[in-house]
Amino acid sequence: MFSLESITTIVQNWLTKTFSPNLALFFEFVIVGVLAIALFAALGLVLVLMERKVAAWIQIRLGPNRVGPKGILQSLADTVKLIMKEGLTPDGSDKFLFNLAPFIVMMVAMLALAPIGFSKGFHIWDINIGVLYVSAISSVSVIGILMAGWASNNKYSLLGAMRSGAQMVSYELSVGLCILSIIVLTGSLSLNDIVLSQQNGWWLFKGHIPAIISFVIFIIAVTAETNRAPFDLSEAESELTAGFHTEYSGMKFALFFLAEYINIFIVCAIGATLFLGGWMPFHLGTWEGFNHIMDYIPSFIWFFGKTFFLIFVIMWFRWTFPRLRVDQLLNLEWKYLLPISMVNLVIMTLVAIQGWHF
Amino acid sequence: MVEEIGKTVEGDLIINVGPQHPATHGVLHLVLTLNGETIKKVEPHLGYIHRSIEKMCESLSYRQFIYSTSRMDYLSAHINNHACALCVEKGLGIEVPARAQVIRVLMDELTRIASHELWWGAMAMDLGAFTPFFHAFRERETINDIMEETCGARLTMNYNVPGGVMADLHPNFQERVKNFLKLYKLKIHEYDELVTGNIIFQNRMKGVGYLSKEDAISYGVTGPAARGSGVSSDIRKLYPYEIYKQLEFDEILETEGDSFARYMVRLREMNESIKIIEQLIDNIPDGDFQAKTKAVLKLPKGEFYQRVETARGELGVYIVSEGGTTPYRIKFRSPGFSNLSALDHMARGGKIGDLVATMGTLDLVIPDIDR
Repeated sequence: MFSLESITTIVQNWLTKTFSPNLALFFEFVIVGVLAIALFAALGLVLVLMERKVAAWIQIRLGPNRVGPKGILQSLADTVKLIMKEGLTPDGSDKFLFNLAPFIVMMVAMLALAPIGFSKGFHIWDINIGVLYVSAISSVSVIGILMAGWASNNKYSLLGAMRSGAQMVSYELSVGLCILSIIVLTGSLSLNDIVLSQQNGWWLFKGHIPAIISFVIFIIAVTAETNRAPFDLSEAESELTAGFHTEYSGMKFALFFLAEYINIFIVCAIGATLFLGGWMPFHLGTWEGFNHIMDYIPSFIWFFGKTFFLIFVIMWFRWTFPRLRVDQLLNLEWKYLLPISMVNLVIMTLVAIQGWHF
Repeated sequence: MVEEIGKTVEGDLIINVGPQHPATHGVLHLVLTLNGETIKKVEPHLGYIHRSIEKMCESLSYRQFIYSTSRMDYLSAHINNHACALCVEKGLGIEVPARAQVIRVLMDELTRIASHELWWGAMAMDLGAFTPFFHAFRERETINDIMEETCGARLTMNYNVPGGVMADLHPNFQERVKNFLKLYKLKIHEYDELVTGNIIFQNRMKGVGYLSKEDAISYGVTGPAARGSGVSSDIRKLYPYEIYKQLEFDEILETEGDSFARYMVRLREMNESIKIIEQLIDNIPDGDFQAKTKAVLKLPKGEFYQRVETARGELGVYIVSEGGTTPYRIKFRSPGFSNLSALDHMARGGKIGDLVATMGTLDLVIPDIDR
């Protein structure tokens, strides 16, 4: 059975044999860094193209189909165009913060990638507080957005940033509570342990109704946390032109754009890990034959399959729903999602203590 | 809070929406006074697309000036032309052949549907849903194709002439219109499924941009915007022109006065237009499509006024003639201008998102406001 773990083991064995321990560690860092950036670039290109194709499919049109076969090189062409564009810095802006903001947003997206297990035994950093780390890191990105909105010296940007700040801070609570409801089941904050605990079934199915409720709330809340439609108030086109990144152009805009897609990937990867078993194959009880066939599908295909399914759902939202108003958005969180997820967490704790889950 | 609204105090945020802004659909400039997200005042600034069409018309003959009105409310270009042609015919006492009347009404209603389709898509886009725009255009394109075949143009048709229409119907016309009716009935349920029934959409529209019946009358709001407040203002019913008297259709009235009522009025009005087309499409009388008129038209000395119901409301054409070959003075009473004047009243106290929803349901076409 093909596994990415075997490759990493071979590379590590070779490095430790050939170089001194410190040098080997250094090379491992370099390889991981290069791979992470490569994954970033690839994800950016794939997700942008995917969004456009999904949008086209929903909107009864073809989507990009000129650059390369079936338009698959379209996002590459767009990237080249964005790199060639002049990165304007407006006169009245706070130049240092204005230029710093996109990098903060980008760096946060990069850091949050670390503890995610892409495949069996294939993750950058198997930290024992992985979930906590991701939620902590992802809440930093609101600083980047507020910084961008403030430094632009543009009223649209400021309004967008304020909306985004209120939105991301509130919806983080629901996301946190939904994550907690799975953690009370597994008893571990490590993403790897959470995946391993789903060996005999995914938490979405094992955790009874509370798990389904928290999955639904999780999907709604992460859509809001990543500023995606129908919660894209921070960049509401028809209200605030482009919200917090109105003044950005060229590559600085592209960094915001890329960070948005990477954030979607991360939250969907977390969702897939918590509720859909991460890289764990789909098993049906004690049906050995079926389980064996499922095991033969490489684990990274399971992981990316689940993640991309969730990404598709989030894209589907965007191209179907109208946008909420800012007060309705906060009402939804504070009056509905937060109380529901709090009660849900209590019920889930009861389920976990009594051992009612499968 | 209430007494603060309308007054600018220190700490208010003054923000310019437009002249280049995605929600204004044209070069409208709104100066918003905000307290946080709450709107205290909306001040529309006009004139960015003023082309002095009324002045230009004074140097054009009675045949020519009709065509410049296509560029006012370009979404109901045919209805604008219709109003002008009617006014000239009134002055000259021309009897329009029955066939021409039916053709004009058919085209009017097709234009109305096309305009409402575009409004529906654009308004949904204002609210952040992009997909309805493409669904609306699927049907709208069919109408544009029908127009192209018969009139030779898709948007600014210039099909009306004093005394009738410019050319006879294309042989395919009836078949294509019937195909459109079939397509429309097949797809109209998607409109409700995609937008009308959506809980987010209803929350955004209900109770937003309230306009009472009294206010609608005092601001001179007409068309679907007024009918959403329960003001009976359909010129086709109140002052019937052409063959509207003989047709069976309802004037749509909603009494809530909010954005959702205006939305429902337009959506239901499309069905009424379909009803009119269905009554006429198999009963187009034979005969001339144009009355015989003199080569040079001279209106007798006097004043002439004609109003019609465009997709946006009441359009009035007022011609003052000195007996010459060109009008002495022309004035258009455009629906958009009056409807815009109510915007400040409707948007005060709401959020920025409410302003967008209100503006969307007023269905403003900026060249119609500025002329």
